[in-house]
Amino acid sequence: MNKQLTCIECPMGCLIEVEVENGAVKSVKGNTCLRGKMYAENEVICPLRVVTSTVKTVSGKMVSVKTDKPVRKSEIFEVMKKINSLTLDRNVVIGDVILANIDRDANLVATQNYND
Amino acid sequence: MKENYDIVIIGGGPAGLAAAVSAYDNGAKNILILEREPRLGGILNQCIHNGFGLTRFKESLSGPEYAYRFIKEVEARDIDVLLNTTVLSLEDNKTITAINSEYGVFSITPKAVILSMGCRERSRGALNIPGSRPAGIYSAGTAQKYVNIKGYLPGKRVVILGSGDIGLIMARRMTLEGAKVLAVCEIMPYSSGLRRNIEQCLNDFNIPLYLNHTITKIEGTSRVTGVVVSKVDENKQPIEGTEMHFDCDTVLFSVGLIPENELTKGAGIEQSRNTRGAVVYQNRETMIDGIFACGNVLQVHDLVDFVSEESEIAGACAANYVLNGRQEHNPISCINGDNISYVLPQKIDKNIPGNVKLFFRVRNTFKHCKIVVESNGVVLQEKKKLICVPGEMETVILSSDVIAKAEGDIVVRLEC
Amino acid sequence: MYDVIVVGGGVIGGTILRALSKYNYSICLLEKENDVCMGQSKANSGIVHAGFDAHVGTLKAKFNVLGCQMMPDYAKELGVKYLNCGSLVVAFNESDVAMLNNLLERGEKNGVKELEIIDSAKLHELEPNVSPNAIAALYAPTAGIICPYCLTIAAIGNAMDNGADLITNFELTKVEKMDRGFKLYSKDNKTVEGKVVINCAGIGSTKVANAFGDYSFEIKGKRGEYILLDRESGDFVSHTLFFTPTEKGKGILVSGTADHNIILGPTSEKVEDITPITTQKGLAEVMAKAKIMCPNTPIYNSITSFTGVRAYTEKGDFIIEESKAVDNLINCVGIESPGLTSAPAIAEYVCEMINNKLHGEKKADFNGTRTPEYFFKDLSVAEKNEIIKKDPSFGRIICRCEQITEGEIIKAIRENPPARDIDAIKRRTRSGMGRCQGGFCQPQVAEILARELGVELTEITKNGVGSELVIAKTK
Repeated sequence: MNKQLTCIECPMGCLIEVEVENGAVKSVKGNTCLRGKMYAENEVICPLRVVTSTVKTVSGKMVSVKTDKPVRKSEIFEVMKKINSLTLDRNVVIGDVILANIDRDANLVATQNYND
Repeated sequence: MKENYDIVIIGGGPAGLAAAVSAYDNGAKNILILEREPRLGGILNQCIHNGFGLTRFKESLSGPEYAYRFIKEVEARDIDVLLNTTVLSLEDNKTITAINSEYGVFSITPKAVILSMGCRERSRGALNIPGSRPAGIYSAGTAQKYVNIKGYLPGKRVVILGSGDIGLIMARRMTLEGAKVLAVCEIMPYSSGLRRNIEQCLNDFNIPLYLNHTITKIEGTSRVTGVVVSKVDENKQPIEGTEMHFDCDTVLFSVGLIPENELTKGAGIEQSRNTRGAVVYQNRETMIDGIFACGNVLQVHDLVDFVSEESEIAGACAANYVLNGRQEHNPISCINGDNISYVLPQKIDKNIPGNVKLFFRVRNTFKHCKIVVESNGVVLQEKKKLICVPGEMETVILSSDVIAKAEGDIVVRLEC
Repeated sequence: MYDVIVVGGGVIGGTILRALSKYNYSICLLEKENDVCMGQSKANSGIVHAGFDAHVGTLKAKFNVLGCQMMPDYAKELGVKYLNCGSLVVAFNESDVAMLNNLLERGEKNGVKELEIIDSAKLHELEPNVSPNAIAALYAPTAGIICPYCLTIAAIGNAMDNGADLITNFELTKVEKMDRGFKLYSKDNKTVEGKVVINCAGIGSTKVANAFGDYSFEIKGKRGEYILLDRESGDFVSHTLFFTPTEKGKGILVSGTADHNIILGPTSEKVEDITPITTQKGLAEVMAKAKIMCPNTPIYNSITSFTGVRAYTEKGDFIIEESKAVDNLINCVGIESPGLTSAPAIAEYVCEMINNKLHGEKKADFNGTRTPEYFFKDLSVAEKNEIIKKDPSFGRIICRCEQITEGEIIKAIRENPPARDIDAIKRRTRSGMGRCQGGFCQPQVAEILARELGVELTEITKNGVGSELVIAKTK
């Protein structure tokens, strides 16, 4: 079975064709870089996405966050539920883990310095 | 704040930050950034999604992270910054008049000025979309500010007009924060957004994209209650009988960005009709000596990475202007030919050594085409392309040898 | 019990309220919306007409000419910007020219001064952007332009400064006659009592009269659609340009505004549904007609479009009289164009009617002046800095397009009539009126409002309950 994908790794948006046989990737065509190949391989087996959002703080201000690794696409709304239940009560700098293992080994990290 | 500055940079977003660092590193040590917001970083602060920096840093950063890479660099240097300061006017002698709470209304006249004010969103009014004027109508960027910075959801059921990147990003953001995005409508036959954004912002969430469609009526007296969407013909006129109705409480407009060139205009700086920004040489100097422009105030870029790159040119050349004074210009023009909507820089100064990277956009989607650069009918350079789309900026690098060969104006055209 | 209750916070109600506030009456203005000036007074051309349109002997003719003469001083006293730009009725053919002669004659009979018919050369010298097909024009140097909502708000604010009360969100639904007056009920059962009631409810004035038992007139709606262009194009024309009127009316105009925008419109369509909506057909008509008048009209610089629904009667003239059915109810209704121009004169006239009934005395402490709408912009740098030193909020620009400071926004919330929503701030300060249409400043203005009023951001509205800007916190 062949699957056609638009790569989301970078603005090129390469059109990639993946050949899948018995649940395994047989070949990847159309990518222009290694990241594209990896994306295509993941996308047909278990699609992954980085989730970005905000976490509220005790002061009421919002702090921007992201998952430090892509999470399973199927779990995006579960991840959002966890993000929305958090209230940050401490200062953070970019990269600080706010919630570990939000989906498998992906952590939720701050993408903004926050100093109340 | 000091009394005199060599360079004053208007705007502390990605363009201004990169220009400041570059100017400093190229020898100008007496620099001031004027920023109207309470923090540096500009619009990146509200662009909390990832995908920034892939070209420059080879990693996928969020907007605030990308901005912070440059803010750190500014902070590491002796560069003055005035926040909460709005520039009211710029004169052709480089006198800047600004206002803030600390100094009131004040003026400074630096040796060089860098314009990096960014752009604004085209509003509903610019399109004259008929209907009522209830609450719930926002430009995508305003909605982004409410959601990402203020932490409020503008509405629950959303229709978006325009498939530019901000519109696509907001379709996903509103969805993640609990709203239902019913449709994204695009009057053109193609999206001006990045392909990957259509994939991960719309397709991931099964949000339909209606190409060749526009909103023909907004309904509701206090709050939006619905919109009528119609298909358009090749002249962008709505086709009767194609109306679809959506019950929604929110309409977002993502219908283009306009460089904010009111200060530029006030100073009498020549502007291009095509870019709605200043006309510049390859060093990003405007037609007024010592006033430079870079970033989205000059041309609306697709990627912040290119904004930084362009601003570094402006910063370095402003430093050169401050250190070495005005140089004589020997300009030829760069003109957009067939199928090309604009070329920047609009002028190449033959006295400035080095290669020149031309930025331009095509007017339509073209496959298996050829970019041709010529002068006086002589082809200087050609570049084959598998695909060109209006939403993605194209570039060609002209070597100094090629430029030397140009007898007259340089024309860039697309052949297919 | 109030001596006088004015129903309707438009320019007629507002100027009458202000005229009455010079006397020792207890007075109150009832407005059904969240703010004053929410009907046709906020959505019209803003023209101070010279007075040659109205037929000789009509109330329209009388009050127009008088109002046009009063307007410069009236506006100045209230700090409202008025520009005496003059108007041109443009002729495109010989029958138009014949009509110009009629207008000239009519205008002179009405008492309009300085009217003159000019030839094509003079016309194009005055207005280089007028179509080359134009062959002559009627020039009226006494005409002008004014910001209609600034005038209305200033008149009401000044009346309030002089003791008048304002009750907003009061939609009159029922009236009880009492021994010496009336008891007025709102939709949500609030009550106000007054001896005399003046009906200035614009498009809603039939309903108001009916509530009193007066069924003598019927007000209908005429939709007028407009397009407003960026101030960048503000110099495109310098006079108000009219087409030569036909039986259908004055047609669309091309004019500057007091705030240096360009306004195009209005269409004129009789409608049953008085919701102010713009239509594809209407906006297309505005653009097409503007291009006939001025082929280079910079439509691309459009920043917004809007509609005003004008109240008119089939009779064609204003109705300004005590109700024949109900004593002590005064109807000021059917006041379409030139209502804005006529307002100060109508107000004097109605005030005299009240004086004849209630015999009030002039207040010694009446103060007719008000801080000008442009007070901060027009100051010198030294004066601005003096203010910023005392109040740093005047050093913070909130609306970048119109360069409006936080101080001006706070002032609009605190002074009479107090702004309570985003649109109210927009009309008082111009914050959000510019080329980005509030895209940048609206969230900040909303925060300032929430802070000043001590409420949550979710309670801040565009123009009253039901028009909340945001629906909930995201988390």
